Amino acid sequence: MSINGPQLIKWTKQIMVVAGFEIRKFRAGRKWFFPILLAAAPVCLVMLLLLFDPRPPNNSEITQIFAVMFQTFMLRLMVLFGCALVFANLYRGDMVTRTIHFYLLTPVRREVLVAGKYLAGLLITSILYGGSVGITNTLIHSANGSAVANAHFFGGPGMNELFSYVGIAVLGCVGYGSVFMVTGFLFKNPAIPAAFLLLWESANVFLPAALQKISVVHYLQSIVPVPIPLGPFAVITAPSSVFGSVSGLAVFTVAVLLVNGLMMRRAEIDYSSD
Amino acid sequence: MTPEAEGIVFTDVSKFYGEVLGVNKINLRIGPGITSLVGPNGSGKTTLMNLLTGLIRPTRGDIEVLGTRTDDPETFYRNVGYCTQFDTFPKGVTGFALICSLLRLHGFDRQGAGELAWKAIEQVHMTEAAHRRVAGYSKGMRQRIKLALAIAHHPTVLVLDEPLNGLDPMARAESIALFQKLAGEGRFVIVSSHILHEVDIISDSVVMMSNGYVVAEGDIQEVREEMSEHPIGILVRCDKPAVLASRAFSENHVVEVRIDDDGVGVLLRSRSADQLYTLVNRVVLAEGLTVEGVIPVDEDVHSVYSYLIGSNGTGRL
Repeated sequence: MSINGPQLIKWTKQIMVVAGFEIRKFRAGRKWFFPILLAAAPVCLVMLLLLFDPRPPNNSEITQIFAVMFQTFMLRLMVLFGCALVFANLYRGDMVTRTIHFYLLTPVRREVLVAGKYLAGLLITSILYGGSVGITNTLIHSANGSAVANAHFFGGPGMNELFSYVGIAVLGCVGYGSVFMVTGFLFKNPAIPAAFLLLWESANVFLPAALQKISVVHYLQSIVPVPIPLGPFAVITAPSSVFGSVSGLAVFTVAVLLVNGLMMRRAEIDYSSD
Repeated sequence: MTPEAEGIVFTDVSKFYGEVLGVNKINLRIGPGITSLVGPNGSGKTTLMNLLTGLIRPTRGDIEVLGTRTDDPETFYRNVGYCTQFDTFPKGVTGFALICSLLRLHGFDRQGAGELAWKAIEQVHMTEAAHRRVAGYSKGMRQRIKLALAIAHHPTVLVLDEPLNGLDPMARAESIALFQKLAGEGRFVIVSSHILHEVDIISDSVVMMSNGYVVAEGDIQEVREEMSEHPIGILVRCDKPAVLASRAFSENHVVEVRIDDDGVGVLLRSRSADQLYTLVNRVVLAEGLTVEGVIPVDEDVHSVYSYLIGSNGTGRL
Protein backbone atom coordinates (compact mmCIF):
# COMPACT_ATOMS: atom_id res chain seq x y z
CA MET A 1 0.00 0.00 0.00
CA SER A 2 1.41 3.40 -0.93
CA ILE A 3 1.11 6.29 1.49
CA ASN A 4 0.61 9.74 0.02
CA GLY A 5 0.19 13.27 1.33
CA PRO A 6 -3.62 13.43 1.41
CA GLN A 7 -3.74 10.09 3.20
CA LEU A 8 -1.32 11.31 5.85
CA ILE A 9 -3.38 14.47 6.30
CA LYS A 10 -6.53 12.37 6.64
CA TRP A 11 -4.91 10.06 9.21
CA THR A 12 -3.59 13.05 11.15
CA LYS A 13 -7.07 14.56 11.28
CA GLN A 14 -8.54 11.24 12.38
CA ILE A 15 -5.89 10.88 15.09
CA MET A 16 -6.78 14.35 16.37
CA VAL A 17 -10.52 13.54 16.39
CA VAL A 18 -9.96 10.28 18.28
CA ALA A 19 -7.63 12.02 20.75
CA GLY A 20 -10.14 14.83 21.29
CA PHE A 21 -12.95 12.36 21.86
CA GLU A 22 -10.87 10.31 24.31
CA ILE A 23 -9.92 13.42 26.30
CA ARG A 24 -13.59 14.41 26.46
CA LYS A 25 -14.47 10.92 27.70
CA PHE A 26 -11.68 11.11 30.31
CA ARG A 27 -13.03 14.40 31.62
CA ALA A 28 -16.63 13.23 31.61
CA GLY A 29 -16.04 9.86 33.27
CA ARG A 30 -14.90 9.11 36.80
CA LYS A 31 -11.54 7.85 35.59
CA TRP A 32 -9.67 11.10 36.29
CA PHE A 33 -9.76 10.90 40.08
CA PHE A 34 -6.84 8.53 40.80
CA PRO A 35 -4.52 9.84 38.06
CA ILE A 36 -5.01 13.37 39.40
CA LEU A 37 -4.56 12.17 42.97
CA LEU A 38 -1.21 10.63 41.98
CA ALA A 39 -0.16 13.87 40.28
CA ALA A 40 -1.16 15.92 43.31
CA ALA A 41 0.63 13.68 45.83
CA PRO A 42 4.22 15.03 45.46
CA VAL A 43 2.98 18.61 45.29
CA CYS A 44 1.06 18.13 48.53
CA LEU A 45 4.01 16.36 50.14
CA VAL A 46 6.37 19.24 49.38
CA MET A 47 3.82 21.80 50.56
CA LEU A 48 3.52 19.94 53.86
CA LEU A 49 7.30 19.86 54.22
CA LEU A 50 7.49 23.59 53.55
CA LEU A 51 4.75 24.32 56.06
CA PHE A 52 6.06 22.19 58.91
CA ASP A 53 9.86 22.18 58.49
CA PRO A 54 11.21 25.33 60.21
CA ARG A 55 14.78 24.80 59.00
CA PRO A 56 14.80 23.89 55.33
CA PRO A 57 17.96 22.31 53.92
CA ASN A 58 20.26 24.34 51.73
CA ASN A 59 19.87 24.54 48.01
CA SER A 60 22.32 21.80 47.03
CA GLU A 61 20.69 19.44 49.56
CA ILE A 62 17.30 20.31 48.10
CA THR A 63 18.59 19.44 44.63
CA GLN A 64 19.71 16.05 45.94
CA ILE A 65 16.44 15.46 47.82
CA PHE A 66 14.46 16.23 44.71
CA ALA A 67 16.66 13.92 42.61
CA VAL A 68 15.93 11.02 44.98
CA MET A 69 12.25 11.93 45.15
CA PHE A 70 12.06 12.10 41.35
CA GLN A 71 13.74 8.80 40.62
CA THR A 72 12.13 6.76 43.36
CA PHE A 73 8.67 8.16 43.87
CA MET A 74 7.83 10.26 40.84
CA LEU A 75 9.25 8.15 38.04
CA ARG A 76 8.72 4.68 39.43
CA LEU A 77 5.41 5.22 41.18
CA MET A 78 3.60 8.34 40.04
CA VAL A 79 4.37 8.18 36.33
CA LEU A 80 4.27 4.39 36.16
CA PHE A 81 0.99 3.91 37.99
CA GLY A 82 -0.55 7.05 36.48
CA CYS A 83 0.20 5.72 33.01
CA ALA A 84 -1.20 2.32 33.99
CA LEU A 85 -4.46 3.95 35.05
CA VAL A 86 -4.80 6.14 31.99
CA PHE A 87 -3.39 4.07 29.11
CA ALA A 88 -4.65 0.64 30.11
CA ASN A 89 -8.14 2.08 30.24
CA LEU A 90 -8.07 3.46 26.74
CA TYR A 91 -8.93 0.07 25.24
CA ARG A 92 -10.02 -2.01 28.22
CA GLY A 93 -12.28 0.78 29.43
CA ASP A 94 -14.12 0.76 26.11
CA MET A 95 -14.54 -3.01 26.35
CA VAL A 96 -15.83 -2.78 29.91
CA THR A 97 -18.29 -0.01 29.04
CA ARG A 98 -19.20 -1.83 25.81
CA THR A 99 -18.47 1.13 23.60
CA ILE A 100 -15.49 0.03 21.50
CA HIS A 101 -17.84 -0.86 18.62
CA PHE A 102 -18.49 2.85 18.01
CA TYR A 103 -14.86 3.14 16.89
CA LEU A 104 -14.70 -0.21 15.15
CA LEU A 105 -17.61 0.76 12.89
CA THR A 106 -15.89 3.87 11.53
CA PRO A 107 -13.79 4.01 8.34
CA VAL A 108 -10.57 4.41 10.25
CA ARG A 109 -7.50 2.19 10.11
CA ARG A 110 -7.07 0.36 13.38
CA GLU A 111 -3.50 1.68 13.69
CA VAL A 112 -4.89 5.21 13.46
CA LEU A 113 -7.27 4.42 16.32
CA VAL A 114 -4.33 3.21 18.41
CA ALA A 115 -2.37 6.34 17.56
CA GLY A 116 -5.31 8.60 18.47
CA LYS A 117 -5.89 6.87 21.76
CA TYR A 118 -2.17 6.90 22.53
CA LEU A 119 -1.95 10.61 21.78
CA ALA A 120 -4.87 11.29 24.13
CA GLY A 121 -3.21 9.29 26.90
CA LEU A 122 0.09 11.01 26.28
CA LEU A 123 -1.46 14.48 26.44
CA ILE A 124 -3.33 13.66 29.65
CA THR A 125 -0.38 12.06 31.45
CA SER A 126 2.19 14.57 30.20
CA ILE A 127 0.11 17.48 31.45
CA LEU A 128 -0.61 15.77 34.78
CA TYR A 129 2.78 14.31 35.58
CA GLY A 130 5.01 16.74 33.68
CA GLY A 131 3.07 19.50 35.42
CA SER A 132 3.36 17.79 38.77
CA VAL A 133 7.14 17.40 38.40
CA GLY A 134 7.50 21.05 37.35
CA ILE A 135 5.39 22.40 40.20
CA THR A 136 7.08 20.18 42.78
CA ASN A 137 10.53 21.18 41.61
CA THR A 138 9.66 24.88 41.69
CA LEU A 139 8.02 24.60 45.10
CA ILE A 140 10.84 22.68 46.74
CA HIS A 141 13.39 25.18 45.51
CA SER A 142 11.32 28.00 46.97
CA ALA A 143 11.97 26.67 50.50
CA ASN A 144 14.73 29.16 51.16
CA GLY A 145 12.91 32.19 49.82
CA SER A 146 12.41 33.80 46.47
CA ALA A 147 15.93 35.27 46.24
CA VAL A 148 17.57 31.85 46.51
CA ALA A 149 15.02 30.36 44.12
CA ASN A 150 15.62 33.15 41.59
CA ALA A 151 19.35 32.61 41.81
CA HIS A 152 18.87 28.86 41.34
CA PHE A 153 16.52 29.11 38.36
CA PHE A 154 17.85 32.20 36.59
CA GLY A 155 21.47 32.36 37.70
CA GLY A 156 22.25 28.67 38.19
CA PRO A 157 21.39 25.24 36.79
CA GLY A 158 17.78 25.32 38.07
CA MET A 159 15.99 26.06 34.81
CA ASN A 160 17.94 23.40 32.93
CA GLU A 161 17.21 20.86 35.62
CA LEU A 162 13.54 21.82 35.69
CA PHE A 163 13.12 21.30 31.95
CA SER A 164 15.14 18.09 32.09
CA TYR A 165 12.97 16.64 34.84
CA VAL A 166 9.75 17.63 33.09
CA GLY A 167 11.09 16.22 29.82
CA ILE A 168 12.08 12.95 31.48
CA ALA A 169 8.64 12.67 33.08
CA VAL A 170 7.08 13.16 29.64
CA LEU A 171 9.46 10.57 28.17
CA GLY A 172 8.38 8.26 30.99
CA CYS A 173 4.78 8.76 29.87
CA VAL A 174 5.85 8.01 26.29
CA GLY A 175 7.49 4.72 27.25
CA TYR A 176 5.19 3.46 29.99
CA GLY A 177 2.15 4.62 28.00
CA SER A 178 2.99 2.39 25.06
CA VAL A 179 3.54 -0.60 27.37
CA PHE A 180 0.26 -0.07 29.18
CA MET A 181 -1.63 0.36 25.90
CA VAL A 182 -0.60 -3.21 25.08
CA THR A 183 -1.33 -4.57 28.54
CA GLY A 184 -4.78 -2.98 28.27
CA PHE A 185 -5.39 -5.39 25.41
CA LEU A 186 -4.03 -8.38 27.23
CA PHE A 187 -5.14 -7.93 30.84
CA LYS A 188 -8.51 -7.09 32.30
CA ASN A 189 -6.96 -5.76 35.47
CA PRO A 190 -4.24 -3.12 34.90
CA ALA A 191 -2.90 -3.62 38.43
CA ILE A 192 -1.29 -6.96 37.52
CA PRO A 193 0.99 -5.68 34.72
CA ALA A 194 1.59 -2.44 36.63
CA ALA A 195 2.81 -4.37 39.68
CA PHE A 196 4.98 -6.58 37.49
CA LEU A 197 6.45 -3.56 35.70
CA LEU A 198 7.08 -1.82 39.03
CA LEU A 199 9.04 -4.85 40.21
CA TRP A 200 10.96 -5.05 36.95
CA GLU A 201 11.76 -1.35 36.91
CA SER A 202 12.73 -1.31 40.59
CA ALA A 203 14.99 -4.32 40.23
CA ASN A 204 16.45 -2.88 37.04
CA VAL A 205 19.71 -1.66 38.56
CA PHE A 206 20.46 -5.13 39.96
CA LEU A 207 20.00 -6.90 36.62
CA PRO A 208 22.75 -7.74 34.12
CA ALA A 209 23.56 -4.94 31.67
CA ALA A 210 21.78 -6.61 28.75
CA LEU A 211 18.52 -6.96 30.69
CA GLN A 212 18.72 -3.41 32.01
CA LYS A 213 18.22 -2.20 28.48
CA ILE A 214 14.77 -3.83 28.33
CA SER A 215 13.22 -1.23 30.53
CA VAL A 216 11.99 2.33 30.35
CA VAL A 217 13.71 3.51 33.50
CA HIS A 218 17.15 2.49 32.21
CA TYR A 219 16.96 5.07 29.42
CA LEU A 220 15.50 7.72 31.69
CA GLN A 221 18.05 7.22 34.47
CA SER A 222 20.82 7.82 31.98
CA ILE A 223 19.67 11.36 31.32
CA VAL A 224 18.60 12.63 34.74
CA PRO A 225 20.47 15.88 35.51
CA VAL A 226 21.36 14.85 39.07
CA PRO A 227 22.34 11.20 39.57
CA ILE A 228 21.59 9.46 42.85
CA PRO A 229 23.57 6.71 44.61
CA LEU A 230 22.22 3.31 43.58
CA GLY A 231 23.56 1.29 46.50
CA PRO A 232 26.30 -1.32 46.87
CA PHE A 233 24.53 -4.10 44.94
CA ALA A 234 23.72 -2.14 41.81
CA VAL A 235 25.20 -3.35 38.54
CA ILE A 236 26.72 -0.20 37.13
CA THR A 237 26.47 0.10 33.36
CA ALA A 238 27.74 2.82 31.08
CA PRO A 239 25.04 5.49 30.85
CA SER A 240 23.52 6.15 27.45
CA SER A 241 23.85 9.55 25.84
CA VAL A 242 20.80 11.82 25.70
CA PHE A 243 20.45 11.04 22.00
CA GLY A 244 20.92 7.31 22.63
CA SER A 245 18.36 7.33 25.44
CA VAL A 246 15.74 9.31 23.59
CA SER A 247 16.17 7.38 20.35
CA GLY A 248 16.25 4.06 22.24
CA LEU A 249 13.02 4.95 23.98
CA ALA A 250 11.49 6.15 20.71
CA VAL A 251 12.37 2.88 18.94
CA PHE A 252 11.03 0.88 21.89
CA THR A 253 7.78 2.92 21.91
CA VAL A 254 7.22 2.69 18.16
CA ALA A 255 7.83 -1.07 18.24
CA VAL A 256 5.34 -1.52 21.08
CA LEU A 257 2.77 0.68 19.32
CA LEU A 258 3.15 -1.32 16.10
CA VAL A 259 2.42 -4.49 18.04
CA ASN A 260 -0.54 -2.65 19.50
CA GLY A 261 -1.75 -1.72 16.03
CA LEU A 262 -1.57 -5.35 14.91
CA MET A 263 -3.53 -6.44 17.97
CA MET A 264 -6.14 -3.79 17.26
CA ARG A 265 -6.43 -5.03 13.67
CA ARG A 266 -7.35 -8.46 14.96
CA ALA A 267 -9.59 -7.14 17.71
CA GLU A 268 -13.12 -8.45 17.87
CA ILE A 269 -15.81 -7.32 20.22
CA ASP A 270 -16.16 -9.73 23.10
CA TYR A 271 -18.28 -7.90 25.61
CA SER A 272 -19.49 -11.06 27.29
CA SER A 273 -16.11 -11.77 28.85
CA ASP A 274 -15.67 -8.30 30.40
CA MET B 1 -20.41 -6.65 -12.14
CA THR B 2 -20.79 -3.42 -10.13
CA PRO B 3 -20.24 -3.59 -6.36
CA GLU B 4 -23.95 -2.90 -5.81
CA ALA B 5 -24.87 -5.79 -8.11
CA GLU B 6 -22.59 -8.11 -6.15
CA GLY B 7 -24.55 -7.29 -3.02
CA ILE B 8 -23.68 -8.99 0.25
CA VAL B 9 -22.18 -12.43 -0.12
CA PHE B 10 -21.50 -14.99 2.59
CA THR B 11 -19.46 -17.93 1.36
CA ASP B 12 -19.35 -20.97 3.61
CA VAL B 13 -19.14 -18.81 6.73
CA SER B 14 -18.88 -20.38 10.16
CA LYS B 15 -18.25 -18.80 13.52
CA PHE B 16 -17.43 -20.71 16.67
CA TYR B 17 -16.93 -19.20 20.11
CA GLY B 18 -14.52 -21.82 21.39
CA GLU B 19 -16.63 -24.95 21.37
CA VAL B 20 -19.89 -23.07 21.01
CA LEU B 21 -21.45 -22.70 17.59
CA GLY B 22 -22.40 -19.19 16.53
CA VAL B 23 -23.37 -19.81 12.91
CA ASN B 24 -22.41 -22.65 10.62
CA LYS B 25 -21.86 -23.01 6.88
CA ILE B 26 -23.73 -19.91 5.86
CA ASN B 27 -24.00 -19.40 2.11
CA LEU B 28 -26.06 -16.36 1.39
CA ARG B 29 -26.47 -13.61 -1.13
CA ILE B 30 -28.44 -10.56 -0.03
CA GLY B 31 -29.69 -8.01 -2.53
CA PRO B 32 -31.12 -4.50 -2.18
CA GLY B 33 -34.38 -3.86 -0.35
CA ILE B 34 -35.38 -4.96 3.11
CA THR B 35 -34.14 -8.37 4.16
CA SER B 36 -35.24 -9.64 7.53
CA LEU B 37 -33.29 -12.07 9.65
CA VAL B 38 -35.82 -14.15 11.51
CA GLY B 39 -35.24 -16.57 14.32
CA PRO B 40 -35.58 -17.04 18.06
CA ASN B 41 -33.03 -15.78 20.56
CA GLY B 42 -29.80 -17.70 20.12
CA SER B 43 -30.48 -18.64 16.53
CA GLY B 44 -27.46 -16.68 15.26
CA LYS B 45 -29.03 -13.45 13.97
CA THR B 46 -26.77 -11.09 15.91
CA THR B 47 -23.72 -13.22 15.19
CA LEU B 48 -24.53 -13.01 11.49
CA MET B 49 -24.91 -9.23 11.73
CA ASN B 50 -21.70 -8.84 13.71
CA LEU B 51 -19.91 -10.95 11.10
CA LEU B 52 -21.41 -8.90 8.30
CA THR B 53 -20.22 -5.66 9.89
CA GLY B 54 -16.79 -6.93 10.89
CA LEU B 55 -17.25 -6.67 14.65
CA ILE B 56 -16.33 -10.34 14.79
CA ARG B 57 -14.39 -12.46 12.31
CA PRO B 58 -15.49 -15.72 10.80
CA THR B 59 -13.73 -18.86 11.96
CA ARG B 60 -14.10 -20.10 8.38
CA GLY B 61 -15.37 -18.67 5.14
CA ASP B 62 -15.50 -15.30 3.51
CA ILE B 63 -17.80 -12.27 3.59
CA GLU B 64 -17.93 -9.56 0.95
CA VAL B 65 -20.09 -6.46 1.14
CA LEU B 66 -20.41 -4.61 -2.15
CA GLY B 67 -17.09 -6.08 -3.20
CA THR B 68 -15.24 -4.94 -0.06
CA ARG B 69 -14.02 -6.77 3.02
CA THR B 70 -13.75 -5.72 6.63
CA ASP B 71 -9.94 -5.84 6.56
CA ASP B 72 -10.11 -2.62 4.55
CA PRO B 73 -12.04 -0.51 7.09
CA GLU B 74 -11.44 2.77 5.29
CA THR B 75 -13.55 1.60 2.33
CA PHE B 76 -15.80 -0.88 4.06
CA TYR B 77 -17.32 1.36 6.72
CA ARG B 78 -18.13 4.15 4.29
CA ASN B 79 -20.72 1.77 2.84
CA VAL B 80 -21.97 0.19 6.04
CA GLY B 81 -24.02 1.53 8.93
CA TYR B 82 -24.87 -0.69 11.88
CA CYS B 83 -27.48 -0.08 14.56
CA THR B 84 -26.32 -2.57 17.17
CA GLN B 85 -28.21 -4.12 20.05
CA PHE B 86 -25.64 -2.80 22.53
CA ASP B 87 -27.39 -0.22 24.63
CA THR B 88 -24.30 1.56 25.93
CA PHE B 89 -22.73 4.90 25.04
CA PRO B 90 -19.55 6.79 25.88
CA LYS B 91 -19.94 8.81 29.05
CA GLY B 92 -20.74 12.48 29.05
CA VAL B 93 -21.63 12.91 25.38
CA THR B 94 -24.81 14.32 23.90
CA GLY B 95 -26.56 12.54 21.06
CA PHE B 96 -25.53 15.29 18.63
CA ALA B 97 -21.90 15.37 19.80
CA LEU B 98 -21.59 11.59 19.52
CA ILE B 99 -22.84 11.50 15.93
CA CYS B 100 -20.77 14.57 15.02
CA SER B 101 -17.54 13.14 16.44
CA LEU B 102 -17.98 9.82 14.69
CA LEU B 103 -18.89 11.55 11.41
CA ARG B 104 -15.67 13.52 11.62
CA LEU B 105 -13.84 10.19 11.59
CA HIS B 106 -15.49 9.64 8.20
CA GLY B 107 -13.58 12.67 7.00
CA PHE B 108 -16.28 15.32 7.21
CA ASP B 109 -15.25 18.73 8.51
CA ARG B 110 -16.90 20.15 11.62
CA GLN B 111 -19.63 21.95 9.71
CA GLY B 112 -20.36 19.09 7.31
CA ALA B 113 -20.49 16.61 10.18
CA GLY B 114 -22.82 18.91 12.09
CA GLU B 115 -25.19 19.24 9.13
CA LEU B 116 -25.28 15.50 8.46
CA ALA B 117 -25.74 14.72 12.15
CA TRP B 118 -28.64 17.13 12.41
CA LYS B 119 -30.28 15.71 9.30
CA ALA B 120 -30.06 12.17 10.69
CA ILE B 121 -31.42 13.35 14.04
CA GLU B 122 -34.34 14.98 12.25
CA GLN B 123 -35.06 11.75 10.40
CA VAL B 124 -35.46 9.90 13.69
CA HIS B 125 -37.39 12.77 15.30
CA MET B 126 -34.88 13.45 18.05
CA THR B 127 -34.20 17.15 17.53
CA GLU B 128 -35.51 18.22 20.93
CA ALA B 129 -33.24 15.86 22.86
CA ALA B 130 -30.22 16.09 20.54
CA HIS B 131 -28.21 18.34 22.84
CA ARG B 132 -28.98 16.40 25.99
CA ARG B 133 -26.60 13.80 27.35
CA VAL B 134 -27.34 10.29 26.10
CA ALA B 135 -27.13 9.03 29.70
CA GLY B 136 -30.44 10.78 30.36
CA TYR B 137 -32.25 9.27 27.37
CA SER B 138 -35.06 6.76 27.63
CA LYS B 139 -34.65 3.34 26.00
CA GLY B 140 -36.62 4.46 22.96
CA MET B 141 -34.55 7.63 22.58
CA ARG B 142 -31.32 5.66 22.80
CA GLN B 143 -32.66 3.33 20.14
CA ARG B 144 -33.45 6.27 17.88
CA ILE B 145 -30.08 7.95 18.37
CA LYS B 146 -28.40 4.65 17.47
CA LEU B 147 -30.48 4.56 14.33
CA ALA B 148 -29.48 8.16 13.54
CA LEU B 149 -25.84 7.19 14.02
CA ALA B 150 -26.22 4.27 11.64
CA ILE B 151 -27.83 6.31 8.85
CA ALA B 152 -25.96 9.61 9.30
CA HIS B 153 -23.22 8.92 6.73
CA HIS B 154 -25.73 7.66 4.14
CA PRO B 155 -24.49 4.08 3.98
CA THR B 156 -25.54 1.84 1.11
CA VAL B 157 -25.81 -1.10 3.50
CA LEU B 158 -27.76 -0.55 6.69
CA VAL B 159 -27.73 -3.31 9.29
CA LEU B 160 -30.30 -3.01 12.07
CA ASP B 161 -30.32 -5.40 15.01
CA GLU B 162 -33.78 -5.42 16.60
CA PRO B 163 -34.23 -1.74 15.68
CA LEU B 164 -37.80 -1.50 16.92
CA ASN B 165 -37.08 -2.67 20.45
CA GLY B 166 -38.16 -0.15 23.03
CA LEU B 167 -39.98 2.10 20.57
CA ASP B 168 -43.54 3.24 21.13
CA PRO B 169 -46.12 2.46 18.40
CA MET B 170 -45.75 5.88 16.76
CA ALA B 171 -41.95 5.62 16.67
CA ARG B 172 -42.21 2.07 15.34
CA ALA B 173 -44.40 3.22 12.48
CA GLU B 174 -42.04 6.11 11.73
CA SER B 175 -39.03 3.81 11.81
CA ILE B 176 -40.68 1.28 9.51
CA ALA B 177 -41.52 4.10 7.09
CA LEU B 178 -37.88 5.21 7.22
CA PHE B 179 -36.62 1.68 6.48
CA GLN B 180 -39.01 1.43 3.56
CA LYS B 181 -37.90 4.81 2.25
CA LEU B 182 -34.22 3.82 2.47
CA ALA B 183 -34.92 0.48 0.79
CA GLY B 184 -36.89 2.34 -1.89
CA GLU B 185 -33.75 4.34 -2.65
CA GLY B 186 -31.99 1.08 -3.57
CA ARG B 187 -30.14 0.52 -0.31
CA PHE B 188 -29.57 -2.81 1.37
CA VAL B 189 -31.51 -2.78 4.63
CA ILE B 190 -30.98 -5.85 6.80
CA VAL B 191 -33.23 -6.04 9.82
CA SER B 192 -33.33 -8.66 12.54
CA SER B 193 -36.47 -9.25 14.47
CA HIS B 194 -38.24 -11.93 16.40
CA ILE B 195 -41.57 -10.14 16.11
CA LEU B 196 -42.96 -11.80 13.03
CA HIS B 197 -45.87 -9.57 12.14
CA GLU B 198 -43.41 -6.66 11.82
CA VAL B 199 -41.23 -8.74 9.55
CA ASP B 200 -44.27 -9.52 7.45
CA ILE B 201 -45.04 -5.84 7.05
CA ILE B 202 -41.61 -4.64 6.05
CA SER B 203 -39.69 -7.44 4.38
CA ASP B 204 -38.92 -7.90 0.74
CA SER B 205 -37.21 -11.16 1.60
CA VAL B 206 -36.39 -13.16 4.69
CA VAL B 207 -33.53 -15.24 6.00
CA MET B 208 -34.79 -17.74 8.53
CA MET B 209 -32.33 -18.96 11.12
CA SER B 210 -32.36 -21.70 13.68
CA ASN B 211 -29.53 -22.95 15.91
CA GLY B 212 -26.88 -21.18 13.85
CA TYR B 213 -28.07 -22.42 10.47
CA VAL B 214 -29.99 -20.69 7.69
CA VAL B 215 -33.05 -22.88 7.26
CA ALA B 216 -34.70 -20.90 4.47
CA GLU B 217 -34.17 -17.71 2.53
CA GLY B 218 -35.80 -15.67 -0.19
CA ASP B 219 -39.16 -14.13 -0.87
CA ILE B 220 -41.56 -15.39 1.77
CA GLN B 221 -44.11 -16.73 -0.76
CA GLU B 222 -41.41 -18.56 -2.70
CA VAL B 223 -40.17 -20.14 0.49
CA ARG B 224 -43.69 -21.18 1.36
CA GLU B 225 -44.33 -22.68 -2.06
CA GLU B 226 -41.24 -24.85 -1.76
CA MET B 227 -42.59 -26.46 1.39
CA SER B 228 -44.63 -29.08 -0.43
CA GLU B 229 -45.08 -31.30 2.63
CA HIS B 230 -47.23 -28.59 4.24
CA PRO B 231 -50.54 -28.02 2.37
CA ILE B 232 -51.04 -24.43 1.33
CA GLY B 233 -54.21 -22.76 2.54
CA ILE B 234 -56.40 -19.96 1.23
CA LEU B 235 -59.58 -18.43 2.52
CA VAL B 236 -62.02 -17.53 -0.25
CA ARG B 237 -64.82 -15.17 0.70
CA CYS B 238 -67.63 -15.43 -1.82
CA ASP B 239 -71.41 -15.58 -2.16
CA LYS B 240 -71.62 -19.39 -2.79
CA PRO B 241 -69.05 -21.05 -0.52
CA ALA B 242 -70.90 -24.37 -0.54
CA VAL B 243 -70.58 -24.63 -4.34
CA LEU B 244 -66.85 -23.97 -4.18
CA ALA B 245 -66.49 -26.42 -1.29
CA SER B 246 -68.28 -29.24 -3.12
CA ARG B 247 -66.22 -28.74 -6.29
CA ALA B 248 -62.99 -28.65 -4.25
CA PHE B 249 -63.85 -31.97 -2.56
CA SER B 250 -63.69 -33.78 -5.85
CA GLU B 251 -60.08 -32.75 -6.45
CA ASN B 252 -57.29 -35.11 -5.34
CA HIS B 253 -54.82 -32.38 -4.40
CA VAL B 254 -57.29 -30.73 -1.98
CA VAL B 255 -56.76 -32.06 1.55
CA GLU B 256 -59.09 -29.86 3.61
CA VAL B 257 -62.25 -27.88 2.98
CA ARG B 258 -64.04 -25.96 5.70
CA ILE B 259 -66.86 -23.44 5.50
CA ASP B 260 -66.64 -20.54 7.95
CA ASP B 261 -69.33 -20.06 10.56
CA ASP B 262 -70.34 -16.75 8.97
CA GLY B 263 -71.32 -18.61 5.81
CA VAL B 264 -69.36 -16.48 3.35
CA GLY B 265 -65.87 -17.91 3.69
CA VAL B 266 -64.44 -21.24 2.69
CA LEU B 267 -61.00 -22.45 3.73
CA LEU B 268 -59.26 -24.65 1.17
CA ARG B 269 -56.01 -26.52 1.76
CA SER B 270 -54.10 -28.18 -1.06
CA ARG B 271 -50.77 -29.86 -1.70
CA SER B 272 -50.37 -27.77 -4.86
CA ALA B 273 -50.65 -24.00 -4.85
CA ASP B 274 -50.89 -23.82 -8.66
CA GLN B 275 -53.64 -26.40 -8.89
CA LEU B 276 -55.55 -24.77 -6.02
CA TYR B 277 -55.59 -21.32 -7.60
CA THR B 278 -56.49 -22.84 -11.00
CA LEU B 279 -59.38 -24.66 -9.36
CA VAL B 280 -60.69 -21.50 -7.71
CA ASN B 281 -60.49 -19.57 -10.97
CA ARG B 282 -62.27 -22.36 -12.84
CA VAL B 283 -65.13 -22.59 -10.33
CA VAL B 284 -65.55 -18.84 -10.09
CA LEU B 285 -65.90 -18.56 -13.85
CA ALA B 286 -68.04 -21.66 -14.31
CA GLU B 287 -70.44 -21.00 -11.45
CA GLY B 288 -70.47 -17.22 -11.66
CA LEU B 289 -69.33 -16.72 -8.05
CA THR B 290 -68.98 -13.20 -6.68
CA VAL B 291 -65.66 -13.15 -4.84
CA GLU B 292 -64.98 -10.66 -2.04
CA GLY B 293 -61.41 -11.75 -1.48
CA VAL B 294 -58.85 -14.55 -1.62
CA ILE B 295 -56.56 -14.53 1.41
CA PRO B 296 -53.54 -16.81 1.87
CA VAL B 297 -53.75 -18.12 5.42
CA ASP B 298 -50.24 -19.44 5.88
CA GLU B 299 -47.97 -17.47 3.60
CA ASP B 300 -46.83 -15.22 6.39
CA VAL B 301 -43.44 -15.45 8.02
CA HIS B 302 -44.86 -16.90 11.18
CA SER B 303 -46.54 -19.84 9.47
CA VAL B 304 -43.51 -20.59 7.37
CA TYR B 305 -41.24 -20.40 10.38
CA SER B 306 -43.61 -22.61 12.38
CA TYR B 307 -43.55 -25.25 9.65
CA LEU B 308 -39.78 -25.10 9.39
CA ILE B 309 -38.83 -24.92 13.03
CA GLY B 310 -41.93 -25.95 14.93
CA SER B 311 -42.56 -22.69 16.80
CA ASN B 312 -45.42 -22.61 19.28
CA GLY B 313 -47.47 -20.27 17.17
CA THR B 314 -47.54 -17.29 19.47
CA GLY B 315 -46.32 -14.88 16.82
CA ARG B 316 -43.24 -14.14 18.88
CA LEU B 317 -40.24 -16.39 18.49
